[in-house]
Amino acid sequence: METLEPILAAHPFFTGMSPELLKLLVGCASNVKFDAGDFISREGQDASEFFIIRQGKVALELFSPTHGAITVETLEDGEVMGWSWLLPPYRSHFDARAMELTRTIRFDGKCLRSKLEADHHLGYEMLKRFVKIIAERLSATRLQLLDIYGTRV
Amino acid sequence: MEPVFDSKAAPKEAVPSPMAPEIFRVEKYRRETHDTYTLELRPASGTGEHRFKAGQFNMLYTFGVGEAAISISGDPSLPNHLIHTIRAVGAVTKAMSKLKVGGTIGVRGPFGSCWPVQEAVGNDVLIIAGGIGLAPLRPVIYQVLAERRKYGKVFLLYGTRTPDDLLYRGELEKWRARFDMEVLATVDRASSDWHGNVGVVTTLLKKLVLDPNNTVAMICGPEIMMRFVAMDLIKKDFGLDRIYVSMERNMKCGIGLCGHCQYGPTFICKDGPVYTYDRVIELLARREI
Repeated sequence: METLEPILAAHPFFTGMSPELLKLLVGCASNVKFDAGDFISREGQDASEFFIIRQGKVALELFSPTHGAITVETLEDGEVMGWSWLLPPYRSHFDARAMELTRTIRFDGKCLRSKLEADHHLGYEMLKRFVKIIAERLSATRLQLLDIYGTRV
Repeated sequence: MEPVFDSKAAPKEAVPSPMAPEIFRVEKYRRETHDTYTLELRPASGTGEHRFKAGQFNMLYTFGVGEAAISISGDPSLPNHLIHTIRAVGAVTKAMSKLKVGGTIGVRGPFGSCWPVQEAVGNDVLIIAGGIGLAPLRPVIYQVLAERRKYGKVFLLYGTRTPDDLLYRGELEKWRARFDMEVLATVDRASSDWHGNVGVVTTLLKKLVLDPNNTVAMICGPEIMMRFVAMDLIKKDFGLDRIYVSMERNMKCGIGLCGHCQYGPTFICKDGPVYTYDRVIELLARREI
């Protein structure tokens, strides 16, 4: 039977990860597809999972009663969505909405946390990857906050 | 004895002074966004060409108000159509925004250095613009597309604050529809009816497969944006001499005399505005400049 291992190995998030570690992760992974308009997660709800995007586009949104849904970031093929599953109280901070047909690999956060606790080598490999993404997005967010295209800077 | 100076032998054609504006008339006026507009100008005399190179600028004079340095955003192969896209941010450019078709404006120029359009022949071309920064790069796009076979892959990455701030939307759509050019746009924030990318322009770089040894990058936008983009290109192994940026300071004379736009050992109006990144990387880190 075909497993998700080759798909994970080909995704940029897992570049350089050993086949042994990937094998451990596959048990927490499943193939999930979302149609355009589907909400993948909602702000404030349990963040019990994260996704790697194989194909498609996802909008991270915040809803304001006066402005409606505001898209703060879009994610596409090759990117990762969600890190709230790593940190208590495991709640989503944004709405995530599929902008088009989106194919993902979903990871069960609870399953993954127990594996990372049990195998710190795996835990460190995963954290290194997440820290890189968090640092990149923090840097991008700071630029967004500066409003560089406005007249203030 | 022959006279030392014979006034009758004076040159028939006077060389125009770089400090004397030539009068142009507004032929077309187009609003691009809520604060940005495009002027198409013709010499008031009805004749004459205004040849320029991509990346150069003119000093535009609103009579009775003052001058501002504005990049030329038209097609270099059409010297009869002098085109400037201008953002109304100061007294001069706000006054300019009130010009009507038929109104007059003073033009001095073109001044400054140009984008390496010829040097990039045989290479991939990566154009990265932020906000109004697309205007000085549009002549590059026209030139590269006019001689498309001379270049490798062509990428245009463009970032603005919101979808309403995107310049040249019609042309962006046309460029995006081409098979020989990759166009990616992103905005800093949007409502849910925007189907494009949201995120800063640097996030677009991740989507491209670039060959740093065979690509010339031309960047124009806010200085902070250019620094971050250049930093990401350096991480991708781009040489500093393959990255070009367009700098902006308070330009006055346009010919390197007055010193208003001094930037370290250079004058932006004369030695710039387009520089290779190795010439400015140290200066960008200095707050005093």
